[in-house]
Amino acid sequence: MSVVPLDQLWVYLSGHPLLSLLVTLLAFVAAVRLNRALGGTPLAHPVTLAIALLIAFLVLVDIEYATYFEGAQFIHFLLGPATVALAIPLYDHRERIRRLLWPLLLACVVGIVTAVGSTLGLALLMGAQRETLLTLAPRSVTSPIAMGIAEQIGGIPSLAAGLVLLTGSIGCVLGPGLFRLLGIRDPAVQGFTLGLAAHGFGTAHAFARIGAVAGAFSGLAMGLTGLLTAFLLPLIVRLFGLP
Amino acid sequence: MPLIMGMSVLLACQFAGELLARGLEVPIPGPVLGMVILLVGLGIRGKVPASLRMTGEGLLNHLTLLFVPAGVGLMVHARLIGLDLLPIAVTLVGSTALTLAVTGWVLERLQRRQRPGGES
Repeated sequence: MSVVPLDQLWVYLSGHPLLSLLVTLLAFVAAVRLNRALGGTPLAHPVTLAIALLIAFLVLVDIEYATYFEGAQFIHFLLGPATVALAIPLYDHRERIRRLLWPLLLACVVGIVTAVGSTLGLALLMGAQRETLLTLAPRSVTSPIAMGIAEQIGGIPSLAAGLVLLTGSIGCVLGPGLFRLLGIRDPAVQGFTLGLAAHGFGTAHAFARIGAVAGAFSGLAMGLTGLLTAFLLPLIVRLFGLP
Repeated sequence: MPLIMGMSVLLACQFAGELLARGLEVPIPGPVLGMVILLVGLGIRGKVPASLRMTGEGLLNHLTLLFVPAGVGLMVHARLIGLDLLPIAVTLVGSTALTLAVTGWVLERLQRRQRPGGES
């Protein structure tokens, strides 16, 4: 029996989807552990940590993103069915939603217009590139939807996903302080606000830190915002005279 | 079997959503339309089948993991981000704070008006 040289083995492995899949899962597990060790601070969210770990790894061993994605796409693909599955929490809370329908819808539209308007306004003011601008626009929507929208209006989907993640972690850091400042104590309002501004991150945060009611309203806000933004954003972007 | 049943329902809804988006040339991502289709379907059915709930909630519980592969894509855009670092940072923090404040304030006000007297 002869042993294959290590470098030859590496060439085989580094191009194989198996490696990226395994590394992605391991990085996520490590990130969750690390976050827990740091006291669960939203400043070092597991997802942000996992992404940082993976980028460091890929740069270190010199694997291209395209090669990595060939394996990781199996995880990525599940975002589609996961988006469809958002209908389940929406359906579960239909009674509450029906009762609060108009306040929720109005708050949602105001929130979306604020999010997109202030994003485009601030980015224009700061002199961002056109491509960056269009990629930033859907940043307060949950990733799978944001990526679809970015693609549609001429932004960069993968960059949009990254910016969405950053937005989520920023929202979780800023949220509690702002609620205290504005005297917002109702968990339903807190949850809805977090879900609207910080999508999946906000929802996870609301479930873990505020409670079940906040989590449910946060999930609702995330779904509703995604849906309404998909309709509204192309219109708002046109209003700013972009494409 | 339940896992397969649940996944089939989710994928079928996504598939129908994609077809609808392409066919009608509406600027909405296929999975979003799939979500609406599923919501309508659940309304007609009147309950969430156990298999669908298991699969769907399983996916939603691990939603954060699913973002990771796309997020790693940030490395490809290091140049564009470097070029626009300050605008991106200021926009993300400023706009997120503003969105949180405005949404929370509006919903709090509207909700209070629905419950006369409000909570004090």
